[in-house]
Amino acid sequence: MGKPNVVVSAKKNTGNSNPNRIVGFLQKWGLPAVLLGPFLILITIFFIAPVVLIVILAFTNMDSSMVWDLNGLLNFKKMASDPNLSEIMLNTVFYVTLTLSLNIFLGLSLALLTTYFIKQESVGLIIRTIWMLPRISPPVVYILLWLWFFDPSEYGVLNSLRMIFDMPPANFLADQPMTAIVLANGLIGASYGMIIFSAAIKSIPGDLFMAARVDGAAERSIIFDIIIPAVKWPLMFVTLWQLLSLLTSYEYILLLTKGGPLFETEVLALYSYHKAFQSFEYGYGSAVALVLVVIALICTFIFWRIFGMDKMIKSSRIE
Amino acid sequence: MKIELKQVTKAFNKQGNAVNDLSLTIQDGEFVALLGPSGCGKSTTMLMLAGIYKPTDGTIYFDNEPINHVEPKDRNIGMVFQSYALYPHMTVLENIMFPLKQMKVPKSERVFRAHAAAEQVQLGHLTARKPSELSGGQQQRVALARAIVKKPRLLLLDEPLSNLDARMKIEMREEIRHLQKEIGITTVMVTHDQEEAMTIADRVAVMKDGSLIQYSTPMDLYNKATNLFVAQFIGTPPMNFISGDLMKLGESYTFQENQQSRLIGIRPYDLKLGNQGNVIMNATVSLVEPLGHSNLVSARIGDKLVRFFADASYRADRGTPIVCSADLQKIAVFDKSTGQSIDTEHCIKEAFAV
Repeated sequence: MGKPNVVVSAKKNTGNSNPNRIVGFLQKWGLPAVLLGPFLILITIFFIAPVVLIVILAFTNMDSSMVWDLNGLLNFKKMASDPNLSEIMLNTVFYVTLTLSLNIFLGLSLALLTTYFIKQESVGLIIRTIWMLPRISPPVVYILLWLWFFDPSEYGVLNSLRMIFDMPPANFLADQPMTAIVLANGLIGASYGMIIFSAAIKSIPGDLFMAARVDGAAERSIIFDIIIPAVKWPLMFVTLWQLLSLLTSYEYILLLTKGGPLFETEVLALYSYHKAFQSFEYGYGSAVALVLVVIALICTFIFWRIFGMDKMIKSSRIE
Repeated sequence: MKIELKQVTKAFNKQGNAVNDLSLTIQDGEFVALLGPSGCGKSTTMLMLAGIYKPTDGTIYFDNEPINHVEPKDRNIGMVFQSYALYPHMTVLENIMFPLKQMKVPKSERVFRAHAAAEQVQLGHLTARKPSELSGGQQQRVALARAIVKKPRLLLLDEPLSNLDARMKIEMREEIRHLQKEIGITTVMVTHDQEEAMTIADRVAVMKDGSLIQYSTPMDLYNKATNLFVAQFIGTPPMNFISGDLMKLGESYTFQENQQSRLIGIRPYDLKLGNQGNVIMNATVSLVEPLGHSNLVSARIGDKLVRFFADASYRADRGTPIVCSADLQKIAVFDKSTGQSIDTEHCIKEAFAV
């Protein structure tokens, strides 16, 4: 890169002390700056700036007039007296826990099914690919399918199925909105765990399974004594990762129920979005988002300590 | 436990059989080695005994009871894998206890028996370690302890010594042999190392291309190979082969090279310098390698290179003509086309008939 030029100019400028120092500085930092610069700029714009912005905005009363006025802790005081916030918090806890459980359970089950129980590699691959399809299709299309599935008219998939058993059409999205968003999110989220767990299970040496079978282990014991301990770290990593992304993601809920009916499926992330981009209370929205960031940080810290995640970064357990 | 394989065949695809029409009987308490080059079906045979593979054809009997469709976990066998296959997340003690846990042995008895097994393989002081913190030899002992802890009816050893260094190999070999005799367990070992098989086993089954070639005691394999393959495979340095006839001249025989004739096999230890033996051959020295206790002489008899031992003081230059000899009873003769061992008489010709 620019290095040869720098070397040439360094030779020219021998004897003059001041330009020499500049050349020396360039020689030392020129290449790192060229190599790291673009990424540092990107990180600053897209990662650091938003966090700083949120923190600052959370202490302002910025609204649709786009005026910044610091108002101290007013947003947080407002939050404390917000009548909907306790329900939203509870929704968030429900939504995250249930979806996470479904996610992990389904992901692990699919991984076990496609790598351990189905011995034929091609069949397992097909099943995994099918499960990956929603991930590579746009969320809008994916949610459209769910909307069609839950459609309250008798033409919805669910209601057509109900009609086979002579059951009246139901408005599932209105009656069980939380179940609907957990299902929609849990099913698509499972593919992430599935891929990572599949890879982890495949990396277990085949001899271990043979040894376990010779040692008298039944399938149940092979799963719980051999496979689960071997995928322990991926399991924790995926749990933490999914937890964080579930805390902050709202697009599927927005598309499926818009947080409704009323506040029944409104979660913290969606609430922040609604406040900022629907009621244009940017300041208040940012304050909600800041609370979310703090919750996410606390969750990460707890996970890190309880599960000893720092050990995960050490070398692999299977040789 | 007595084990019987009757015409067992295993095919993984239509191209050919990994194991072909194998019949073999292993007596109770016997130590049998399955010996052969890689790809000869010995590991497949062992995995069929373990129940991991099901025979395509034929029947395996444990104590006269067909067990083709018995799951590995219900066979009560112990197995040591080439890679040891220790459970990486469990300590040594937990590894050894694992088979007992599967048998639903009460916890206190489990610990007691696992400690006893660990003592048996001299691992008593390492039970709290993880497998990754052990050396190869120690891991091997853990695998062995895990295999014997449930007092199985059959012990299977899959290339148990191949990952150990030469010193450790000899040490473990003796230990395995000792342990096997001590607990009197029927044992089958798979190996490609003929020396290992010869030294450790009561009987050796030599396999090639999925078929059993010869099944007999190590001494019989060495002295009475029924087949050219076995004769070539067994013994270090390998058996010498020369192609030709023996001309009878009174009490002694002289060798005359003949490419079309039978193969005459002579063990390096049976071939001697000088004409004390009654089969006499002319040779030219090509190399003398000092081994300390003796010299290994490579010489040419006609077209073929042979090796034999001479006194440590023996010196000879390349190209020196020598006379060497062997006893007629010690030589083996093989048919070139079938590879089968035939009577020595077949290659003796009366000198005056030529």
